[in-house]
Amino acid sequence: MRLSRLSKGVLGALTAAVLAIVYIPLLVVVLNSFSTSQTFAWPPPGFTLEWWARAARSQGALDAIGTSVIVALAATAVSLVLGTLISLALQRYEFFGRSTVNLLVILPIALPGIITGIALNNFFRTIAGVQLSLLTLIVAHATFCIVTVFNNVLARLRRTGTRLEEASADLGAGVWTTFRLVTFPQLRSALLAGGLLAFALSFDEIIVTTFTAGTGVQTLPIWILNNVFRPNQAPVVNVVAVVLILVSIIPIAIAQKLAGPESGTPRASAGRAARSR
Amino acid sequence: MSATTSTRRHSVSAFLFEHARLRLALLLTAPLFWLGLVYIVALAALLVTAFWTVDSFTGEVRIEWTLDNIVTVLTASVYQSVTLRTVGIALLVTVIDILLALPIAFFMAKVAGPRLQRALVIAVLTPLWASYLVKAYSWRTVLSPEGLFAWLVEPIGGSSPGYGIPATVITLSYLWLPYVILPIYAGLERVPDSLLDASSDLGAKPWRTVRSVVLPLLYPAVIAGSIFSFSLTLGDYIAVSIVGGANQMLGNLVYTNVGTANNLPLAAAAALIPIAIIMVYLAAVRRTGALDNL
Repeated sequence: MRLSRLSKGVLGALTAAVLAIVYIPLLVVVLNSFSTSQTFAWPPPGFTLEWWARAARSQGALDAIGTSVIVALAATAVSLVLGTLISLALQRYEFFGRSTVNLLVILPIALPGIITGIALNNFFRTIAGVQLSLLTLIVAHATFCIVTVFNNVLARLRRTGTRLEEASADLGAGVWTTFRLVTFPQLRSALLAGGLLAFALSFDEIIVTTFTAGTGVQTLPIWILNNVFRPNQAPVVNVVAVVLILVSIIPIAIAQKLAGPESGTPRASAGRAARSR
Repeated sequence: MSATTSTRRHSVSAFLFEHARLRLALLLTAPLFWLGLVYIVALAALLVTAFWTVDSFTGEVRIEWTLDNIVTVLTASVYQSVTLRTVGIALLVTVIDILLALPIAFFMAKVAGPRLQRALVIAVLTPLWASYLVKAYSWRTVLSPEGLFAWLVEPIGGSSPGYGIPATVITLSYLWLPYVILPIYAGLERVPDSLLDASSDLGAKPWRTVRSVVLPLLYPAVIAGSIFSFSLTLGDYIAVSIVGGANQMLGNLVYTNVGTANNLPLAAAAALIPIAIIMVYLAAVRRTGALDNL
């Protein structure tokens, strides 16, 4: 199809405009973290580092970062183990109910967060009869983080095939030795990528968190949500928001590099990103 | 290591090697225990809890079968109006996102060169990973009375819409736009250029080609994108509480019933509304083949 130069130009301009709308609000948040205006008047009347200094001294924000890191690390650890086990099972074996298991992994992230959140809330409080706490939050996060590890490891297993493992077995290595010396080294970077994605996913999550965190358990997103309506906290909230942008984007950038071509296609990333909600 | 332990280890290994089913069982036990016990039981219990009741005196959930919660959710005027508002917002957000996504996806897939194409894909993907909460918060800043939006439109006599339904629609459209762009882009990538050339060789103007060739082929991909924006909006309640003023969506009702009202059965019944709507939507679009495009 031959498009006129005009229509190409219009399409290009539309694309540029929408990309601008996508990025400008985030840039505004970053700039406002240095603005002297406490009400975020635009354009910023002047620039200061005071809010960053104040955020660094804000005990609530610092505690929240600590909680978020603990939850994300624990959820990542659980999802690394479970995600690897399940992807090995699905990729290396044929069995009845295989597609059901596949669906089961994806479901916690495919359903809207509010469904997952209230279902787990109900499970903990009514069925299991436990108080909401840091532990219930970790269990909830691990449940929807499994999919990121699963996706990465599955893609890697599919690409590497079984030939090296068969050679290892032919040479007399047992099941453990083959896993330790052949399978695991091949999976290492996929595990790192999946783990980073799981960490970012957990660090950023808010909806399931509001339903499964015990009273007094404040992750960083919860802290932001609790303080966003307090005018005197506004500048600190804004600084924390910038921190959150950095913490969620940097692991992803590294993971994308590590995961290599199999997860770099737009479709795979879109699917994975979609599941992050 | 002593000889006996090493032989024992060896025999376990050999036994496992010969019994693939056992290896599979060992691999699957822990994950299925976790996902099955925690998640599937939780989902099933959610469904069941909707038919239980709360002791009005102690506030404890009581196992007493009743349809009251379902009836309340279906007939109470607050649920009806909030459901209508939520579905309306979800449809509006979906339409806006599709209209914005079509030209961009077309430019990315069919106009841009390979280099620019890669750069654009990354540019669209990256914000997906920026914190959801921060993105909603950023629109609170942009739409604030002294914010960027007011500063842009005041010279031409406009004003910021403030916090309310329009701000909610803007923010949600913003949040889900990449989810709609990507499936449409992937769908366009699969439309062969030769078909477009054939159409123009046969004398069709570009607009006619878009209408008669591209859009019919793209339909499943558009529907796939709409599933994201539609179902994500139905379940959302954070964005509306940040930029929506006092307005509520279905998610808020669920959340209030879990939290302040402490009525889990009613919350569970309310959560069934978005599930039911999504199911109906998925069933309606299933025949288009959109689900294979997800």
